[in-house]
Amino acid sequence: MYHAIVFLPLLGAIIAALIALAGARARHPGGPPGIGAENHAHGPVDESHARTAPAPHGAHAVLDASHSEPEALEPPAAGSRSAELVTTVFLFAAMLLSWVAFADVGFGHHDSRVTLFPWIISGELKVDWALRIDTLTAVMFVVVTTISAFVHLYSIGYMEEDPHRPRFFSYLSLFTFAMLMLVTADNLVQLFFGWEGVGLMSYLLIGFWYHKPEANAAAIKAFIVNRVGDFGFSLGIFAAFMMTGALDLDTVFAQAPALTGKTIHFLSWDVDVLTLICLLLFMGAMGKSAQFLLHTWLPDAMEGPTPVSALIHAATMVTAGVFMVARLSPLFDLAPAAQAFVTFIGATTAFFTATIALVQNDIKRIIAYSTCSQLGYMFVAMGTGAYSIGMFHLFTHAFFKALLFLGSGSVIIAMHHEQDIRHMGGLKDKLPLTYWTMVIGTLALTGFPLTAGYFSKDAIIEAAYVSSNPIALYGFGATVIAAALTAFYSWRLIFLTFHGTPHDHHHYDAARESPLVMLLPLGFLAAGSIFAGYPFRELFAGHDVADFFGDSLKFAAGSHLLEEMHHIPLLIGMAPTVMMAIGFVVAWEFYIRRPELPAELARQQEPLYKFLLNKWYFDEIYDFLIVRPTLWLARALWKYGDGWTIDGLGPDGISARVLDVTRGAVRLQTGYLYHYAFAMLIGVAALITWFMFGARAG
Amino acid sequence: MSWPILSVTTFLPLVGALFIMLMHSDGEAEKRNARWIALWTTLITFAISLILLYRFDPTSAEFQFVEKRPWLAGAISYHMGLDGISLPFVILTTALMPVCIVASWLPIQHRVKEYMVAFLVLETLMVGTFTALDLVLFYLFFEGGLIPMFLIIGVWGGPRRVYASFKFFLYTLLGSVLMLLAIMAMYWNAGTTEIPVLLRHGFPRSLQTWAWLAFLASFAVKLPMWPVHTWLPDAHVEAPTAGSVILAAILLKMGGYGFLRFSLPMFPAASHDLAPLIFALSIVAVIYTSLVALAQEDMKKLIAYSSVARMGFVTMGIFATTVQGVAGGIFQMVSHGIVSAALFLCVGVVYDRMHTREIAAYGGLVNRMPLYAAAFMVFTLANVGLPGTTGFIGEFLTFIGTFQINTWVATLATTGTILSAAYALWLYRKVIFGPLVKPSLAAIKDLDYREIITLGPLVALTILFGIYPKPVLDVSAASVVQLLENYQRAIGAAKTAAMLAH
Repeated sequence: MYHAIVFLPLLGAIIAALIALAGARARHPGGPPGIGAENHAHGPVDESHARTAPAPHGAHAVLDASHSEPEALEPPAAGSRSAELVTTVFLFAAMLLSWVAFADVGFGHHDSRVTLFPWIISGELKVDWALRIDTLTAVMFVVVTTISAFVHLYSIGYMEEDPHRPRFFSYLSLFTFAMLMLVTADNLVQLFFGWEGVGLMSYLLIGFWYHKPEANAAAIKAFIVNRVGDFGFSLGIFAAFMMTGALDLDTVFAQAPALTGKTIHFLSWDVDVLTLICLLLFMGAMGKSAQFLLHTWLPDAMEGPTPVSALIHAATMVTAGVFMVARLSPLFDLAPAAQAFVTFIGATTAFFTATIALVQNDIKRIIAYSTCSQLGYMFVAMGTGAYSIGMFHLFTHAFFKALLFLGSGSVIIAMHHEQDIRHMGGLKDKLPLTYWTMVIGTLALTGFPLTAGYFSKDAIIEAAYVSSNPIALYGFGATVIAAALTAFYSWRLIFLTFHGTPHDHHHYDAARESPLVMLLPLGFLAAGSIFAGYPFRELFAGHDVADFFGDSLKFAAGSHLLEEMHHIPLLIGMAPTVMMAIGFVVAWEFYIRRPELPAELARQQEPLYKFLLNKWYFDEIYDFLIVRPTLWLARALWKYGDGWTIDGLGPDGISARVLDVTRGAVRLQTGYLYHYAFAMLIGVAALITWFMFGARAG
Repeated sequence: MSWPILSVTTFLPLVGALFIMLMHSDGEAEKRNARWIALWTTLITFAISLILLYRFDPTSAEFQFVEKRPWLAGAISYHMGLDGISLPFVILTTALMPVCIVASWLPIQHRVKEYMVAFLVLETLMVGTFTALDLVLFYLFFEGGLIPMFLIIGVWGGPRRVYASFKFFLYTLLGSVLMLLAIMAMYWNAGTTEIPVLLRHGFPRSLQTWAWLAFLASFAVKLPMWPVHTWLPDAHVEAPTAGSVILAAILLKMGGYGFLRFSLPMFPAASHDLAPLIFALSIVAVIYTSLVALAQEDMKKLIAYSSVARMGFVTMGIFATTVQGVAGGIFQMVSHGIVSAALFLCVGVVYDRMHTREIAAYGGLVNRMPLYAAAFMVFTLANVGLPGTTGFIGEFLTFIGTFQINTWVATLATTGTILSAAYALWLYRKVIFGPLVKPSLAAIKDLDYREIITLGPLVALTILFGIYPKPVLDVSAASVVQLLENYQRAIGAAKTAAMLAH
């Protein structure tokens, strides 16, 4: 069964990839290189292109047109429908099996370990391909395959006009496979494989529309910023191997208690082993989960197709960092300093990205910043040792955030790829189903009582309040304030998009509700946004936690934390709900009752507004501090290091001197032939050297 | 073992070269025959080398398939053999040669006969380098390889070929002269040039240092290590595609092989003392050349600079002298052999069509060349070291092996993974992605069958060894362990001696 869950998406991806490649081959047949491009540049280009664009200048006309709107010109790839069906059906099968596995592992406690085959074996280092199945894995199974299956279904509608659908579905399924390899990892290296694998698919999917320069730039940015995090992750793996002599999780966990209080000489300092390992590994989590300092890639990643944003950049991949901390909870639990750092980063992100979301105007970017912020909440929980609560929020967040993204995708399609909410307005009558599902998503996100987000988010805030973590009070404050900000920007989005008067009548009139394949996933996820909370709250945040999660999470500090959470003052317990209500009221005041107020406020507080609108200037600072100096250094090293210093003093210098002499002697030589002869002379000298040596040795 | 299989593998290409030379005129028919003879020769050689692989006993660290005959008045013998360190390189060589021949099928149109002869001679010399068990024999093969490569660049190369081949020759010759002196010194000290004997011969401390430095001069140029790397980008840029493939995939590996065969086991004390030097040069190579790669405007130069950075991982791993470091170094060399060969082939594909390697001359190729884009993506990812490709395994092992010895070195080297992502993905984006707007590219064709045949197997190997590297790691495991055991014993002995002296 576990094989099927993990490898069905891979199989689907391979089939879709073959369809994509076969279709591409049929459309662009190969040819020997001898046919020079220069001779044929103005001839008829390619049958399919010629058919769709019977313009007088052939190639040029096609190319000019394809610059602006390439999709319209290309016919859809052959076999698109079968690729869609195969991947989607496989994913739904995997989803059903995942729910079975969830019941079986979560309630039946049938944890298991499936070893596939050996991977890297060198000396004492032994790494296998293996599937580790426990409750934590089962929860992630359910999240990943469920969201992925519905995103596949939704994409059938969303990508209908795209000519590269087999490639798209292949990427989606391959992403799902990589994510499943990540959550089933039984050792740190396989975790890293899944980690970089989802990073690759994220790169490919952000850059899916490869003709868009912004998409390409965003894709590379995502990959490289993640690589910065993975730099830390790798070092964490190396340190873990150095200290424990193994990389499989069981051995590492078993060795961990013996390492408490020990130091390691890292770089030039002696530092606490477990703190160091955890901090290095957490650096990877910061990259993948777009936390403070490494967050800049996620908003840009919105250049990708919207279903991708829902699946990868909201529900699954970006939560991998949270999952990692949960998976390694036996390590983090022994490293309080690292935990404090996790809380600090999480709380900072939760607050800081929420402030940016307040003033953004791109519908997807608002939700992206909201995702960063919610991931910050999860890390606050992880840092305070309430791992199961962090997982709870991961679980509920997957539903309502995927819903919000898919809903915004529905709006974007209806508005013909308009994403600026200032150009929207009044859409609730045009898109009633999208509107209501998004309202449900917003209620869940802001933590409206009895929705899914209410249970998980409030639990995090309470956990931060009762935690003994030295930084927990900061975490509590930041998350409570962020709760108000969340409500404000979420309702702002709803009010500006769906209420008020339309700002772009052209698009407004053409807006139409999405087809059933897109509405069905919306409906399901809306149901999930309501019901993913209450029935599961005992499992994740109540009395059944220890029984449900078993050994897959560490509870030494967490269990009494959960107990204390039941005895917090009522006022504290009510705080997030009150903050949520305040945020809603302010948003109502700003965008429904007195719509002129926001512009006025922005004028009054111009520096602050600009500061937030420009995202605290992080991109500009990084560009100035890192990107430009690196490129400058690269050029300088090339021109002055290699060219001027090494070559100048080395071969060029020597040969220049030689040539100076010879130029004076022989003026008739035309260059190349002479050089050649000169080089050959050296060759002959070398041969003579050999013969001399041969004679001597003989 | 009734027939001298190792000699057959080594010298069979020479027989093919002889056949080609026997052809007289230079017409179309002769060109075709020369190509086919070269292809069949390399294919049969590859098949025979697979027998080697099949018969090889990976549990033994001893030299296998040993052949020994007196030669040159008895002082120097014709002595050949294989162990787990040399076998991967032999297979890599024989496997890539047919690919090179096929890759040269259409692009090379003048002096085809001479070209094929040069390649076949080169194959003999390369295989010989890895199989020779006599120091002088090794030297002959090792330096002999210079001549056909020099000709390949100088005759069939690009516009600045003479400058490039001249630079190539100057650098490598300098290194080889020093190595020659070291070899003579070793002979005078040990009284033999047989490698198996020399491996057990304890050289005196003072000789070790000088000989080690002399060997370094030669191997560092070959590998190449910073700062003697500047010949490589020029040589690559001017070399024909197949020349670049061989240069990157095999010739560079001779330096790494040399470290493993000579420097580490024969001069352990010197290796131990001077490892910090190697570490420093490796780190500079990784960071410096990765940065330089970022600034390149020529596809081949970019890949050439990235090769220097990759080789920095190899030297770092080898001189970490941990099992993972050395095994990772060997794996990284094999992996780089596959991946860099494939990347140069990819450049060759578009060069043959457009006759330029300027990155700025391309853009949006995916619109017309989807298969090419897919293959190029796989190799780019391997070059980036993505898990699941061969590139990751070698990188990971060298890092983890080095981390245990020196965290500074491992940490600085790991920054190379960020930089490699930057330059490799930047190249891919500029060449492959984006809209196809340049009129000159409008009629460009995707891969033909000849090119699919050359790139296909490399795609398969890149992924196969990425998820199942065991075949490569197993072949060398026993030899690596023995190498390190001997090394540690020698270091231990030296330490005890030093303690007693005090």
